[in-house]
Parts: sequence; C-alpha cells; structure tokens
Amino acid sequence: MKEKTLITLEHISKSFDGEMVLDDLCLDIHENEFVTLLGPSGCGKTTTLRIIGGFVTPDKGKVLFEGNDITNLPPYQRELNTVFQKYALFPNMSIAENIAFGLKIKKKSKEYINDKIKYALKLVNLEGYENRRPEILSGGQQQRIAIARAIVNEPKVLLLDEPLGALDLKLRQDMQYELIRLKNELGITFIYVTHDQEEALTMSDKIVVMNQGYIQQMGTPEKIYNEPENAFVADFVGDSNIVDAVFLRDELVEIFGAKFPCVDKGFGKNKPVDVVIRPEDIDLLEPGKGSLDGVVTHIIFKGVHYEMEVRTPDGFEWLVHSTDMFPVGTPVSIHVDPFDIQIMNKPQSEDEEAIGVEE
Amino acid sequence: MKKLKKFFGAAYLGLIFVFLYAPIVTLIVYSFNSGKGRQWTGFSFTWYEKLFNSASIGNAVGNTLSIALLSSIIATVIGVISCIGINALKNKSRAVYMAINNIPLLNSDLVTGLSLMLLFIAVGVTSGYPTVLLAHITFNVPYVILSVLPRLRQTNKSAYEAAIDLGAKPAYAFYKVVIPEIMPGIISGFLMAFTMSLDDFIITHFTKGPGINTISTLIYSEVRRGVKPDMNALSTIMFLSAIVLLVLSNLVSKKQVGEVKAAAGEKKSKQAV
Amino acid sequence: MKNKKLLSLPYLIWMIGFTVIPLILILWYGFVDSTGAFTWDNILAIFRSEHLKPLGISLALSAASTVLCLLIGYPLALILRKAHIKKSGLIIFVFILPMWMNFLLRTYAWLNLLDDGGLILNIAQALGFRGNIVGTNGAILLGMVYNYLPFMILPLHNSISAIDDNVLNAARDLGANETQVNTRVILPLSVPGIISGVTMVFVPSLTTFVISDILGGRKVLLIGNIIEQEFSTASNWNLGSGLSLILMVFILISMAILNRYDKEGSTLA
Repeated sequence: MKEKTLITLEHISKSFDGEMVLDDLCLDIHENEFVTLLGPSGCGKTTTLRIIGGFVTPDKGKVLFEGNDITNLPPYQRELNTVFQKYALFPNMSIAENIAFGLKIKKKSKEYINDKIKYALKLVNLEGYENRRPEILSGGQQQRIAIARAIVNEPKVLLLDEPLGALDLKLRQDMQYELIRLKNELGITFIYVTHDQEEALTMSDKIVVMNQGYIQQMGTPEKIYNEPENAFVADFVGDSNIVDAVFLRDELVEIFGAKFPCVDKGFGKNKPVDVVIRPEDIDLLEPGKGSLDGVVTHIIFKGVHYEMEVRTPDGFEWLVHSTDMFPVGTPVSIHVDPFDIQIMNKPQSEDEEAIGVEE
Repeated sequence: MKKLKKFFGAAYLGLIFVFLYAPIVTLIVYSFNSGKGRQWTGFSFTWYEKLFNSASIGNAVGNTLSIALLSSIIATVIGVISCIGINALKNKSRAVYMAINNIPLLNSDLVTGLSLMLLFIAVGVTSGYPTVLLAHITFNVPYVILSVLPRLRQTNKSAYEAAIDLGAKPAYAFYKVVIPEIMPGIISGFLMAFTMSLDDFIITHFTKGPGINTISTLIYSEVRRGVKPDMNALSTIMFLSAIVLLVLSNLVSKKQVGEVKAAAGEKKSKQAV
Repeated sequence: MKNKKLLSLPYLIWMIGFTVIPLILILWYGFVDSTGAFTWDNILAIFRSEHLKPLGISLALSAASTVLCLLIGYPLALILRKAHIKKSGLIIFVFILPMWMNFLLRTYAWLNLLDDGGLILNIAQALGFRGNIVGTNGAILLGMVYNYLPFMILPLHNSISAIDDNVLNAARDLGANETQVNTRVILPLSVPGIISGVTMVFVPSLTTFVISDILGGRKVLLIGNIIEQEFSTASNWNLGSGLSLILMVFILISMAILNRYDKEGSTLA
C-alpha cells in the first residue's frame, strides 16, 4: 500500500510550562489512511493532533502538508477540519446553521449550502434535523452533527479527538462502524485520537502507539497486536503475559527454567529478553504434557470464554483465556505454539523505549 | 401537628410581610393626602402635581437615569474586554487581579466614596457630573466582571476552536460563538450595574459636589428637613414603576426574568458588602 | 495568544487609579496632620469620648441588627425550602420587591409610622407609652433590620435551597429526626450562606450614617455620622481618614473571623 504522503511531522518537540509533552516526534501520514494515535492520557496524542490542526504551535520541528510548510499557518487557513471530543456544537445556532457555518464563511451560494446540508445530514443518517437545536439531541446525534459540520467543508483530512469518549458502550460500537463507513464513502484521511485500544484495533489502517511523548510502535492493527515491539505496547494493547526470559539460541527461549520453542531468530545467545504471550494463545494440557506445570488459582466466566489464572512454581500468575473450564485447584500444564511467542529486547534505558520511531 | 406547623409557617411569613410592606403602604396612602401633616384630611393629587412641576426633581431624575445608563454601558464594555484579558492570565496573576477587582465590593461604600472624594480633590478636579460618572463606572465594573467571567470560563473552549477550525478568523469566531454564549452574563452584569447605579446614594454623596443632584441625594437633602409629602408621592411613583417594569419583563420572557431577579437579588446582597 | 492578556491592562490601570490610589490617599491623610507632618493623632482620636461613644453604639447596633436579621431570616429560609418551587419563587419576589424602592425612601417611610402623628406612635401612646420612638437606638436598629434583612434572606435562601434532598433523606434514613436534620445537616451546610449574610448586614450597619440621620432625630450619632461630618461640614479630612481607617480595621477583623468559618470560600472574599 504505497501511497502519497499527505502530512509529515518533522522532529516535532513541544513542552508546556517546562514539561516535555512531545520529544522529537516524526510521523508520516498517507493519503486516504485511517490513522489512530493511541496511548494513555498525557502521552502527547492530543497535542500531536492539535499541532496538525493548528491549535498548538510546536517549539521545534515542522508540519508539512502536501510538501508545504504549514507550521505557522492559523487553523482557519488549513485544509483540514476537526471533530472535537465534546462535539463543540454552537449552542446558539440550529443544526443547519451549525453545518453551514464554514460554508458561509467561504461565501458559498445559498443553493450550494442547502444541498450540502442535505447531503451531510443524509450521510450521518440524520435527515430532516435541519431546524432542531443542538441541546435537544442525544450525545450520539450531536457527534454525528459535529462530523457533518466538518465534512461539508470537504477537508482533505478529518481530525477526530476522542470523538466517542462521551458515549456509552453500545453507541460507541455502532459509531465505530459508522466512522469506517463514512471514511470509505468520503475517501479522505482520518486521524483519530483515542486511549481505547479496542477502538483503535477495530477502525484503523495504521495505529501509532504513543507514551510519554514518544512513538512506541507504528503499524497495522494486526502487527501491533501480534508483534508488540516492547512491553509497553504489549501491555497497553490487549491483555498479555509479559515475562522475563532468556533467549538461548535461535528458535529457543527459556521461561522460568522451561524451554519453549519459538520462531524468532537473531536475538543473540543466552541473552535476557522480554516475552509476550497473549492469554488466548495459552493452551492448558494435563500436567507434564506441556512446557510448564502449574495450578489454576482463579476462574471467572466472561461470556465467550473463561478467564483463568494459573500459578507456576516460580510464583508467576499466568492469565489464560480458554473455552474449556478448569476448576480452581486443577493441576495443569502450559503449552504455547512457537509462533504465538513474541520476543522483545529488554529496554536498556528510557530512551531505548523510543526505538521504533521509524518504521 | 402538621397543620399546626403549617399555620405557624404561614403566620410567620405574614408577619414579615406586614413588617416589609407596612411602611410602604403608609407612604402610598399619605401621598394622596391633601394636607401636609400626618392627619388624613382628604384625597388629592396635590403632591403629585407639585412633584411634576418641580424643576429640581426633573433634573435629578434626568441625572440619575443618564448616569446609570452611561456608567453601566461603559462598565459593561470595560468589563467584557477585561474578562477576555483576565481569562488569558495565568492563575496567579488572575487571583491578584480579581482581588483588586473585588475591593470596591468588599469595602464599605462609605470608604469607597471618601477615598474617591480625596482622589478628586488631590488631582484638583471640581466635583460634578463627570466625577460622579467616573465613580459609578468604578464601582460598576466589578459587578460586570463577576457576572461575565464565570460564564466565559465555563464556555466550551472547543466551540471557539471549532469555529476557527471551520475557517473563522479569531475575532469573527469570538463574535459569533463566544459572545452569544456569555450574553446572559453580559445582560445580568449590565442590569446589576444599572440598578446599582440607580440606587447608589453614599458614593454619589461624596463625589457629586454642590452643583448637581441625583434622586438619592435629592431625597437625602429633602427628608432631613422634616415631613415632605412630595417625597411620598415620589416613592409611590418609583415603587409602582419598579413593579410595572418587573411584571413587564416577566411577560416578555419567563426565563429571562429569572436571571434578572437573580441578578437583582445578587446585586442587592452584594451592594451591602 | 499574548495580545489577549493585554486586554486586561486598561482596566488594571483604571483600578490602580480609582481603587488603589484612593485607598492609599486615605491611608496618607490618616497619618498626617494639616501641615503634612506624620502623626498618630487622627488614629488615637478614636479614644476621645465624642468618638468612642458613637463607635460603641455603632458596634452594638450593627451586631444586634446582624443577630436579629439572622434570627428572623433563618426560619424564613427553612420555610422557603419546604415550600413548592413555584410558590417559593413568588415569596422571594415579594420579599425582594421593597428593595427596588430607593434605600432612603424606604428608611424615610418609617418616619410616617414612628414620628409624631404616626400610626405606631399613636398606638403606643394610647397604650400609655410616653416619649419618642424617633431618636432612640431602637428606631435605628429597626431601620437597620428593615433595610438589610433581605441581604440576609437571599444568601441564606441560596445556600439552604441548594442542599440536595438526598442528603436530608440520607440523614433521615440513618435515624435523624427533623430537629436533628435541621441542626446537624442543614445548619452546617448553610454556613457559607450565613457568613455572606452576616457580612452583608454587619458591614453596612457598622458604617451607615443615613439611617441614623433619618431615624435618629439628630440625637443619635453613629461613627458613620462622625466621619461623614468630618468630611462634609468640618472639612477635617485627616481626622475623617484616621477614623475611617479604624472602621476599616473593624471590617477586616470581622471578615477575617468569618472567613475562618468559611471553608468553602463561597463569599466574595
């Protein structure tokens, strides 16, 4: 998927009141991509979005839009629009007036504006809402209007700042599909900010995992989930068991004294590493039949599967998801298929965690 | 038991009601008395005629209204502009700024009036209409700021950013999005300032000089000289016009009158401080 | 972004010119004599009996009026809380309405009842009362309570009506009877209202000269009258300023005491 680069962030740094929020961040965003900036609060994801939107000026670095430097261009001159976290509809205007706001500033004709309003409302499934007031709409409806208000301006990029954060679970899931559909119909770039890993995995073409002002990893949802590059990513995206291990040699790793075959190569010999194993990748067998023996200590029914904890002799509690039920106290043995074992270098220092800025 | 309690409650309200309105009712009744004394000598409009033919009262009414209107408009403009600035200040400087802003509210009117009088004397300005106007603006701005600033701080910052994002220049975005949102605060600030100015006596007393009078200062000089039935008539007119104004605004908009009443109440309660 | 801050500058200059400098002027005048030399005399003048007595009366009357307003206003605010919202709105309106009449006229209105030929004096005399009502401390106290009662009622009403019903129900659920609900829940929660009410009644009562002018019959002088006379008729601004400084000290002390009880910081201070 080699596509034209639309936005480039070059060595962006930003601090607020002496506190470093972004440190030398570089990022390319391609045309027609759904990019998600994912991370815990305070990781710099919203600041990155606001720098792209023009609401924050970086201390260092450049923002390029189709190759042109727009670092110091005010928001109202940028060819992108934002959907804000709390909708930010204008309470003193009707729905139609809200949607028409940007078009009126651009001095579009009345017919053009009316057509656009109709089209946008149809796109967000709120036909006939022109004359209502924002405050009588539900949160989900307000969010759709906010999206409609942004897209009538035909931006090349739509920035979305945790737009589903204030909605309840069911609505949030519906809106995720809605957003994917919208993106496909409009054929424009979406840059999406969220702290919800499930949201990111569901919608994105590309996920950018951020923490403490650094990009931790960048890649497709599958890559981020299956091949996390460090413990932070593994821990933040999905449930995982992260354990200390020793990389004995190519395709063999030792965990708590037990040898596990794996598929990774090139980590050296007898080198300490971190290993990530997803809970659903652990198979529980009869004692002695797997690689590592243990006892089930907790079990919770979660609907699609049971969530269990298995304590191994070294004291580690393994998180295991399985459709089979093993009562508390059952002796079991842990088996993991070689390709389900993800090996990661141990971080040398904090800076080391930032490795992987470039893909 | 419950009925008894209710009865006492109602009786209590009734007593306070009588306490509050007895003097006013007496005043209204005396305003229609034909004689000058406190003996009822018959119904007449004498005192109203006298009132309407008095040039000094006409002057005072004119001064009061023009000072109230001018000072509250100027105070509203200054207040709103300052609020935008205050909102951009850092917490610490904002706290200092607001502390100075609150001085006239916390200080007694007596001290505020005296200090302004000393100021005007110190810089050699002859007291008169302009000094009263300056004094009124000075005590009016804090009310505007106190009612606008919380609104401004509550405004959804994203709405302003959204407007800019959609192509509006900052000034246009402010006018189109922020001003409508803080409008209730501006209106109640203006009304507070207006009524404060209308009602002020003490500060006007010290800053007016001998040449001019407002209604308050005129009443002061009159009532100190004993029984003045034309003042009864003036009270009646002022009280009735207050009722008419309040009822009218009630008819205009139920919602807005809540704000006005709240503002009036706040004003009155803040006035004391 | 920087130019927005500049918008706060004009009014800052205004405040310095019309609020801060005038207060410094009072301070200055209070500490110099007519030749401009430093002196404590204007401050110490408060200990002269012709000043000390008015100050005493002012303090006593303003304290009394504050207590009376609180005693009258608190039950009223409790009744208003229990009343139906629509009804309580009307009651509030009725109780605030007199405030729309000019302050001086409101005070003057009492003269019609209390002075010679007034209804109340007539009734009192019929009952065997000899003497005058106007010109007594009682008349001035009445004027203070009448004028400032709404200042007490409003903040009390605001804080008491804002108390969440669920909190009271929780107290009842936990076994509190109505008296206990009033004293252990409503009373502590209404402290901010009490404090603003007390400040709003005490400060203007302490500094008033209008009420005593009108209802005092030239017999009762309050500290406010003394200061007003020093400025308007006696033209001794130094003495007037010195005495105002004393008054300000009392105001500051009362606010400091009240603020200690005001954890919420909900008064203007």
